[in-house]
Amino acid sequence: MAALVIADHDGTALDPATLNAVSAAVRFEGDIDLLVAGGGTGTVAEAAAKIAGITRVRHADDPAYDHLLAEAVAPLVVELAADYSEILFPANTTGKNLAPRVAALLDVAQISDITEVIAPDTFVRPIYAGNAMATVRSSDAIKVITVRGTAFPAATQDGSAPIEPVAAGEGQTLSHFVRQELSKSERPELTSARVVVSGGRGMQSSENFHLVEEIADRLGAAVGASRAAVDAGYRPNDFQVGQTGKVVAPELYVAVGISGAIQHLAGMKDSKVIVAINKDEEAPMVQIADYGLVDDLFKALPALAEALDKAGVKPR
Amino acid sequence: MKVLVGVKRVVDYNVKVRVKADRTGVETANVKMSMNPFDEIAVEEAIRMKEAGTADEIVAVSMGSRQCQETIRTALAMGADRGIHVLTDEELQPLAVAKLFKALVERENPGLVILGKQAIDDDSNQTGQMLAALLGWPQGTFASEIVLSGDGAEVTREVDGGLETVGLAIPAVVTTDLRLNEPRYASLPNIMKAKKKPIDQLAVDELGVDVAPRLETLKVEDPPARAGGRKVASVEELVDKLKNEAGVI
Ligand SMILES: Cc1cc2nc3c(=O)[nH]c(=O)nc-3n(C[C@H](O)[C@H](O)[C@H](O)COP(=O)(O)OP(=O)(O)OC[C@H]3O[C@@H](n4cnc5c(N)ncnc54)[C@H](O)[C@@H]3O)c2cc1C
Ligand SMILES: Cc1cc2nc3c(=O)[nH]c(=O)nc-3n(C[C@H](O)[C@H](O)[C@H](O)COP(=O)(O)OP(=O)(O)OC[C@H]3O[C@@H](n4cnc5c(N)ncnc54)[C@H](O)[C@@H]3O)c2cc1C
Repeated sequence: MAALVIADHDGTALDPATLNAVSAAVRFEGDIDLLVAGGGTGTVAEAAAKIAGITRVRHADDPAYDHLLAEAVAPLVVELAADYSEILFPANTTGKNLAPRVAALLDVAQISDITEVIAPDTFVRPIYAGNAMATVRSSDAIKVITVRGTAFPAATQDGSAPIEPVAAGEGQTLSHFVRQELSKSERPELTSARVVVSGGRGMQSSENFHLVEEIADRLGAAVGASRAAVDAGYRPNDFQVGQTGKVVAPELYVAVGISGAIQHLAGMKDSKVIVAINKDEEAPMVQIADYGLVDDLFKALPALAEALDKAGVKPR
Repeated sequence: MKVLVGVKRVVDYNVKVRVKADRTGVETANVKMSMNPFDEIAVEEAIRMKEAGTADEIVAVSMGSRQCQETIRTALAMGADRGIHVLTDEELQPLAVAKLFKALVERENPGLVILGKQAIDDDSNQTGQMLAALLGWPQGTFASEIVLSGDGAEVTREVDGGLETVGLAIPAVVTTDLRLNEPRYASLPNIMKAKKKPIDQLAVDELGVDVAPRLETLKVEDPPARAGGRKVASVEELVDKLKNEAGVI
């Protein structure tokens, strides 16, 4: 049987989390189709067709699917489901919104946030904020899965699969898109960045975050934040790293003025190298860090910027 | 309008859970249990709707062991009007919880069901979306704002790129995110009053729902440990280590 991966996109560009979901689909060793849904999404379908390892792109080019509203897209996926033994979504906000709706309509369980495929019916997933890893086996005929992006590499984009149109179903009147306020940034996207520099409550104000940005820009890093920093309004919600925010696993994670609560650690503890800058030696973040600098951040950050310049460090 | 809210009993967010020696799950004996934090936010939102005159009754629902009564009492002390306890000692997976909620919705006919976006124990993030699917209702997930109008709701959602607002027909299912509100603490008089508020108890059989688990947990293990805790004395040493030892900059 085959796997269907639901592509995430913003109407014009493929969301890179889709590439990690494809890598998880490869583990099932069958054909892999990719569904691209949304009006005027030709460029997305073309980008999707280049993903290595996929068999074909199924393209539902219809405005009924704009913004990937769950009420519209779930019935479409259900209609296609008979051809598949696995349906995979990236475990980002699009996938998390959509996948359970599909699973319930198919009367199957959903397996959330998998980090490993042990066998076609057996998966590993984190529970309790990543403090435990559960191995679960599904008895359902169709496996509906969300894929934790940090646990699977991004598929390469050197393939060329055919694009086949899919007829749109009936429209729906349950929900409609009203507006969006998306954060604009020149910096890399948080969940796929090679380096992340995050600030916490210790930053004390939104203005002080420029100290974090100075470091981020020297390293070509994305900027993140703790829940406390987001709740205090220092940075918007989409900066939140953690159990209930975004999960990141960069090569380098720098935590500045973040204590290291389990909910925050859940979102970053799989990073390759962790640096903590904190004035409290006892902070859990300092305890788990590969390199802990115990110092006042208002002194340490400007000095670090200078030291990076002196050492000739440039973004990679 | 009647509002149904889910209140799940979970291991308190401050507890660092330990995997059991036999690897069948995590240690929950003698561990502090609390209402799922996202459900506190759901209860608070419903109370604010009642205070604003848009909701007239709040029903708090919990499913699970006898001790779920305590969780419902907490919701009643915050300001919910009555409780429903679906009593079971079986493991309930999200699809089963959603089916039980559907059966309750058919009895209670609420205009809105508010659940948490995820329970902090199993971290599934599924139940609300599944319930909406089973009812054929719209869903407003990860809500940071809910604005009710005559025949619909505008829900602002916390999405990866920022915020998205959707318009939903009512009845609908909404799931809460962290920034929707700050839940109140129950006052002592309200805790006393809550003792007199009614809680209906139902058995799973009475709702005619098949709750058999679809996922079998084969084992539960510790995540890979990190060997951390090394200190650097200066920013210069930090840069040197990152460059020459770790090779990440
Ligand atoms: C349901 C739920 C979900 C949650 N989800 C998340 C989540 O997804 N992500 C998340 O991050 N949190 C989450 N939390 C919150 C979490 O429990 C912590 O409250 C939060 O992570 C703390 O943020 P913080 O480390 O910035 O603040 P604090 O814990 O207050 O730590 C601030 C740190 O800054 C240091 N500091 C202060 N001033 C200076 C200075 N001048 N120089 C150097 N260091 C300084 C202090 O020593 C301290 O260690 C969640 C909580 C709940 C209940
Ligand atoms: C190894 C293991 C063993 C387990 N054993 C048991 C067990 O013996 N007994 C048991 O009860 N659970 C057990 N669980 C937990 C159970 O599987 C999950 O809690 C269940 O699948 C629901 O997932 P969730 O709460 O993460 O759903 P989510 O979709 O994350 O929950 C979202 C929201 O749904 C609502 N909701 C969910 N469940 C309830 C509920 N019960 N009552 C009211 N509202 C609810 C809440 O509003 C909640 O905020 C076990 C889990 C594991 C991993």
